[in-house]
Amino acid sequence: MALLEIENLRVTIGATPILNGLSLSLEPGQVLGVVGESGSGKSMTALSILGLSPQGAQTTGAIRFDDQDLTRLSETELCGVRGARIGMVFQEPMTALNPVMTIGDQVAEVVRLHQGGSRAKALEIARQALERVGLPAERFPLGRYPHELSGGQRQRVAIAIAIVLSPRLIIADEPTTALDVTTQAQILELLRRLVREDGAALILVSHDLAVVAGLADHVAVMKDGRIVETGETSALFSELKHPYTRALAADATRVPVRRGHPASSAQPVLEAENVVRDYPGPRRFLRATIPFRAVSEVSLAIRPGEIVGLVGESGCGKSTLLRTLLALETPQGGQVRLSGQPFSPASPRALRRHIQVVFQDPHGSFDPRWTVERLVAEPLHLLNDRPSPADRRRKVEAALAKVGLPAQAADRHPHQFSGGQRQRIAIARALIVEPSVIALDEAVSALDVTVRAEVLDLLAGLSDELGLAYLFVSHDMGVVRGLTDRVLVMKAGRIIEEGPTAEVFANPQHPYTAQLIAATPDLDRALAARG
Amino acid sequence: MSAPRHSASLAVGAAISAVFVVAALGSLAWTPYDVATFDIAHRLRGPSAGHWFGADHFGRDTLSMILVGARNALAVSLVAVLLGAGVGVPAGLLAAARRGWIDELVMRSNDVVFAFPSLILAILLTAVLGPGAINAVIAIGVFNIPVFARLTRGSALSLWTRDYVLAARTAGKGTARISFEHILPGLFSILIVQATLQFSLGIIAEAGLSYVGLGVQPPAASWGKMLADAQTLIGVAPLQAIFPGLAIVVTVLGLNLLGDGLRDRLDPRLDEER
Repeated sequence: MALLEIENLRVTIGATPILNGLSLSLEPGQVLGVVGESGSGKSMTALSILGLSPQGAQTTGAIRFDDQDLTRLSETELCGVRGARIGMVFQEPMTALNPVMTIGDQVAEVVRLHQGGSRAKALEIARQALERVGLPAERFPLGRYPHELSGGQRQRVAIAIAIVLSPRLIIADEPTTALDVTTQAQILELLRRLVREDGAALILVSHDLAVVAGLADHVAVMKDGRIVETGETSALFSELKHPYTRALAADATRVPVRRGHPASSAQPVLEAENVVRDYPGPRRFLRATIPFRAVSEVSLAIRPGEIVGLVGESGCGKSTLLRTLLALETPQGGQVRLSGQPFSPASPRALRRHIQVVFQDPHGSFDPRWTVERLVAEPLHLLNDRPSPADRRRKVEAALAKVGLPAQAADRHPHQFSGGQRQRIAIARALIVEPSVIALDEAVSALDVTVRAEVLDLLAGLSDELGLAYLFVSHDMGVVRGLTDRVLVMKAGRIIEEGPTAEVFANPQHPYTAQLIAATPDLDRALAARG
Repeated sequence: MSAPRHSASLAVGAAISAVFVVAALGSLAWTPYDVATFDIAHRLRGPSAGHWFGADHFGRDTLSMILVGARNALAVSLVAVLLGAGVGVPAGLLAAARRGWIDELVMRSNDVVFAFPSLILAILLTAVLGPGAINAVIAIGVFNIPVFARLTRGSALSLWTRDYVLAARTAGKGTARISFEHILPGLFSILIVQATLQFSLGIIAEAGLSYVGLGVQPPAASWGKMLADAQTLIGVAPLQAIFPGLAIVVTVLGLNLLGDGLRDRLDPRLDEER
């Protein structure tokens, strides 16, 4: 007897089909992984089960849960199902909690909503739920507010809300995507334990095959609003029957091909020497503030054509170090040298052309009102003699050609491009002034596996062709392992380990590095572990 | 999205605002009667074929006075909004771009202006400087400055954290250049909405000032002055108070609807999607 059975589910918004006849079934206590690229309809499936599809969406088909068709329930009846019989965990722990309610009240709210009873009784149940998700009373009293917790701790609160009434089904939509790798490993472990203890079924929606392979009994692969392949996890990954699944698995583990590794004796293009960056601490009345040291005596050197990875968890000082290396901020101590010359915010514009940057967010990196031509041409501002309009156009087209985009792309606006194409445009913008080093700040983190593999190939090819050096900042150990020559591991503002990538991964010296590597989801390892 | 309601308020607001502007500009070229001419024979007449809205206690045509009043309300509020935006927007941009003591100076000056009840201070200002349209503009405009400065600074601060601004900085552009190339164009939509709302507040403020005799001076007509004149005669000729009152209410309602409609249409959060 299936706990959940979805039959021929179709969801359209306006004239756009989002789900095209999706069918799946889930046994009690089973963990189903739903994987697919963005836009494949994964999240819409999760939302449809709860009757939370966006306004204006037309839904047909049946969603049977415990022999009740959820699509036929009224909003009031659905409210009785949500939270009580189906729990939900969302991706973003920062926005999933109410910032002005204590964590105790937020968990207790669910209890009182569905079971009534006194506040004290509800808080007691909330306390137990928080204990279960690893937030013990002595360190996390019920009166804590979400902003006092880290991202991982907030996600634990969100999970406590989902499990407090022991629902028979939990839906987790990318529950660890916004978290650091070590936190991700802990949250996945927590979900695994809770599901086993309660015998609840879990639908785990994720873009990450390795995460799904590590947790799910069954996997459903989605594409264009339907399930293209489904099966028992080990069998599905060992057979890879459907070409799309095969492509996904291949892209997830692909290593970009690089030709030459440069000699390490050349003069470094970018150097940092004992760089220190302090931020003023919180203002205190009539007393000196205690500065916060974000970057502490960091030294590094990047040689021509070299790809150097910088890894570390959020808050470790990566971004601050990057902004200092880009001379957007002045260090309190030490020095940055670009092409052998001191580089600071006061340096002449012409020096700046030697370093360019590509950011993480393909949506936020471009002024939405500008055309691609104007955007890509923006760094030409750095040149002492600016090109004429015709010359400018030629340069933009050449840069676009290098990243594999047609010349006509120059006349369009950024929103007309997909995430991967926008990231190509960002690379074109960096290339136009012919820099010797490009800083890539989580440049492929927001991309789907297939697109990510393509962009990584492009980056590797450009480095070979133009002798470009990269500083590749990332939290994704898998990508860093595939692309970089050397890796720097950063923790609490310091570089704690550095060395050739292969050596560091094979034989990490610092326990933190070993921890990072072990926590990184890995498809082969996950499959080997299930035997 | 509940698009129909939004576009309805936008359409109604735009229509009322258009009538207001056409009436105001049209009165420059033609009004049914000259508002400076007394016609005692027709004093306090009710609506008729000759005087659609009747005539006041001096026998002046009420419709003509409302048209001329629209012109004065438009002129005063428009210039006041331009004054407020002209000073406030650059101040807000500067505060957001430079931070530090400049930011403190701009924002604390705003706080000082905000600390006074605006209409009372406007009355004080015009009482000191003398009544008249120009002084009314200054008095109303001064209070528009902090509104625009705060809005500009707040929104600009969030734009300054965008990656594309960082990209512009790595392209060697200075704060002034980034403010004008990236920040200001990003603020246009919210500034237009705010300008519309300040404009309607300006109309109320102008009516208030001329009601107490400190706005546009006779013989020029003003809605507030018309209300004040009609007040004493409310038992005899109630319509004389109703027409200018309606003019104020309908115009302000129309501008607010237009502002709300524009806000829905130009919501910066939808900006990225388009």
